[in-house]
Amino acid sequence: MTASFLRTVRVAEVEPVASRIKRFRLVSADSQPLSEFSGGSHVTVCMKAPDRLIRNPYSLMGSPSDTSSYQISVLKVEGSRGGSEFMHERVEVGTELEISEPLNLFPPAKIARKHILVAGGIGITPFMSMMGELEALGADFELHYGVRSLGDGAFCKLLEARYGKRIHVYLQDQGQLIPLERVLANQPLGSHMYVCGPKPMIDWALRTATLAGWPDENIHSEQFNAPPIGKPFVVKLTKSKREVRVGGHQSILEALEQNGIDAPFLCRGGACGQCETSVAACDGFIEHNDHYLSDAEKASGKKIMICMSRISGDAITLDL
Amino acid sequence: MLIEGIKSRPQYPGLVADPHANHHVFAADGDGAQAIIDLFNRHGAQIKGRVTIVYAETDANSADYTTRLKQLPVEFVHALPTIVTAIRRLQGVLNVARMGTRIYAAGTETLIGLAVQLSQELGMDPQAVLTEHRGTLARRVQCVHCKGFTENVKTNIVKCAHCGTNLLVRDHYSKRLAAFQGVCVDAEIPGELPEIVEVFK
Repeated sequence: MTASFLRTVRVAEVEPVASRIKRFRLVSADSQPLSEFSGGSHVTVCMKAPDRLIRNPYSLMGSPSDTSSYQISVLKVEGSRGGSEFMHERVEVGTELEISEPLNLFPPAKIARKHILVAGGIGITPFMSMMGELEALGADFELHYGVRSLGDGAFCKLLEARYGKRIHVYLQDQGQLIPLERVLANQPLGSHMYVCGPKPMIDWALRTATLAGWPDENIHSEQFNAPPIGKPFVVKLTKSKREVRVGGHQSILEALEQNGIDAPFLCRGGACGQCETSVAACDGFIEHNDHYLSDAEKASGKKIMICMSRISGDAITLDL
Repeated sequence: MLIEGIKSRPQYPGLVADPHANHHVFAADGDGAQAIIDLFNRHGAQIKGRVTIVYAETDANSADYTTRLKQLPVEFVHALPTIVTAIRRLQGVLNVARMGTRIYAAGTETLIGLAVQLSQELGMDPQAVLTEHRGTLARRVQCVHCKGFTENVKTNIVKCAHCGTNLLVRDHYSKRLAAFQGVCVDAEIPGELPEIVEVFK
């Protein structure tokens, strides 16, 4: 992944859609039309903050066949590393941004007879395009969407208007929780469940499905974790013979990019495996934050996913 | 000639009980019945909820197996005379099944392949079907030229039952078709064939 994979877009519209959530409409600002994408895809947005470069993945929410613009929604997370704050505070109509081409690590299963979509909060975003695609295919689906309150639920009204009884909204402030056990208990064979939301919710949904006798192959999830923050440390690179300092609010990948070092990545969320890197030595403990490496691989200390994981200690030496 | 070392060749890891399923549906033929009996002896306590067995009585000793399957703690044993009729019955069972159902297939590659194919058509991933091979390795082969199926193939070379082409039976397997692929073996000099050997016993 290098700059050649990036393209420039211009913000055509910014709309607050719920408390702390803004929707951005992006149009092409270079000579090329935007690419088509499939339901569940995301793009990585590059943000040139004053002190560093931030790249965050955001799901595309428009109709997959509409290439006149892309839509993303961003939840402002207080006390985070600054990506969502940058989008909320510094991006306005007319701002130019660099984005990656769309990538889909959360496609609907083509063989499924029915699709059960489970969203928590901002986890609704990948399902916006997915429902558009499923609707166009005439596929059977239903959405179970849990939000803190109606004010926090982006798109509740839009979705209910568009998809009617297939949309089930649960308001936490009214004491409503997604009755997942009941939802999963009576679905036809060949149903697939998809879940996106905060980590505890995903873990709960996966566990509930397993206990309901759903095979692993019928359960799908996507989670965009920001790399957890920690203490600064040094990365030593064996191949390029360089040393890079990783700030407390930075991932290893971001620090390498800031220093002009090309490292592989795709999802930037510890899921896809693209940025797997061999560890030559580590003066400290690796904090593995990905869900790609097996427990045995994590325990071996020989591999690290540089988009999400860091160390507590002084220095780590990587084969890069 | 390339007939081995192809990744699509199915693997059959053996039956294990799914402790979370609330309905267990078994498809089996011939000696596959013994795989089910062995599973119940090994992990019977973990099999909770309803159990349905669809069994094709394809071997001489199949009637005995049917008797023994009926002695297991199961709700239904459907005994059918052929693989084709058994798969049709399996379809009837799975059409109305709900999630929480675990599908198992045990016996010949043909029976397993057709059960997996049916499951996939009903939205289940092939990996979600638990399988154990018992009995013959004879193959169901699709002629890549005329698309006809030739059943029960035991030799490396077989004459297509439909178009008569001499086919080399490859390890290249189609889960969608539930068949190994057979490719013309004597295109350059018709009739000049490698030695024909019984390899799928």
